Amino acid sequence: MEGTALLGRVTWRTATVVGLHDETATARTLALAVHDWPGHVAGQHVDVRLTAPDGYSAVRSYSIASAPSSDERIEITVDRLPNGEVSPYLTQEVMVGDELEVRGPIGRWFVWVPEELGPIQLVAGGSGIVPLMAMIRSRASAGSTAPFRLLYSVREPGAIFYRDELQALSSHGESVIVTYAYTRATPKDWPRPAGRIDAELLASGTWSSNLRPTSYVCGPTSFVEHTTDLLIAVGHDRERIRTERFGATGERK
Amino acid sequence: MNASMNYLDGNAAAGELSKIFAVDITSAEGQCANCNAKRRFAEAHLYMQCPGLVARCARCGYVLLRFTNVQGRVFLDLRGMTYLSVDPPQEQEARN
Repeated sequence: MEGTALLGRVTWRTATVVGLHDETATARTLALAVHDWPGHVAGQHVDVRLTAPDGYSAVRSYSIASAPSSDERIEITVDRLPNGEVSPYLTQEVMVGDELEVRGPIGRWFVWVPEELGPIQLVAGGSGIVPLMAMIRSRASAGSTAPFRLLYSVREPGAIFYRDELQALSSHGESVIVTYAYTRATPKDWPRPAGRIDAELLASGTWSSNLRPTSYVCGPTSFVEHTTDLLIAVGHDRERIRTERFGATGERK
Repeated sequence: MNASMNYLDGNAAAGELSKIFAVDITSAEGQCANCNAKRRFAEAHLYMQCPGLVARCARCGYVLLRFTNVQGRVFLDLRGMTYLSVDPPQEQEARN
């Protein structure tokens, strides 16, 4: 209903799974057709509700991975957690044609819109890449030339989401500069031993604070606190750093 | 207090709080009633290991907001914020 959209009310909608794509051994992208989807901006998330036959229901938040579009379709990427209640279902059992309940889009703070000219610094820890990928895709689909850099921390090379697309988006003019950080295992002949992001890597993989970038940091809480502290230590203004934290389990409730 | 890092942030509360607020809560600015810090609600530390949600000031840890569902009713305790300032809904819509 028109008036409902204008008031920005967030309601539960039925979403139909229209596509499935494995990103890594544990992560899967679900394409969802959402009836009456009002549209979103990059960085927003949805709540997904699953209800069992006995009425028990579970709600989890997942960032939207796809760029804004007008076709009432969104994509989410879900990483499977060994003891998760919802993610094993979404990554292993759900099939094309199944229906889920979706509430959103949610959040207008951790968002990027093409009118923002940047420079923009993205910092992702693990599946924290998802909302940042929506920003990168939104930049591409809007034809924005805002200077973008991505520092993407993963456990190992096999844990990278959207690898080919990131490669393509970072290898032509007006491109996104991508720097990978590996915490457990690196590719062969990688110049740096595996380990978490430190001041040296941060300096080489991010815009200088002199450029006054707006930074978006997303990942597990400990990752967000660590990298935000490093950014502030090298002169970034706290006011220009936006953060979104995932739980220790990676599954927000 | 935050050493265990078992918190999320205000972004994760926005879906539940949309039951009450017609406007986006993550971009709202709130002032902590204890330390007077003015921060976006998205930056508050959010604890969910309880019946409901507890948001604490990212600066001093003071409880800003409590939210819970009890027997079909929703309870909201906002005593930890001296104010909450939001963009009017039409402004938010225009930026979408």
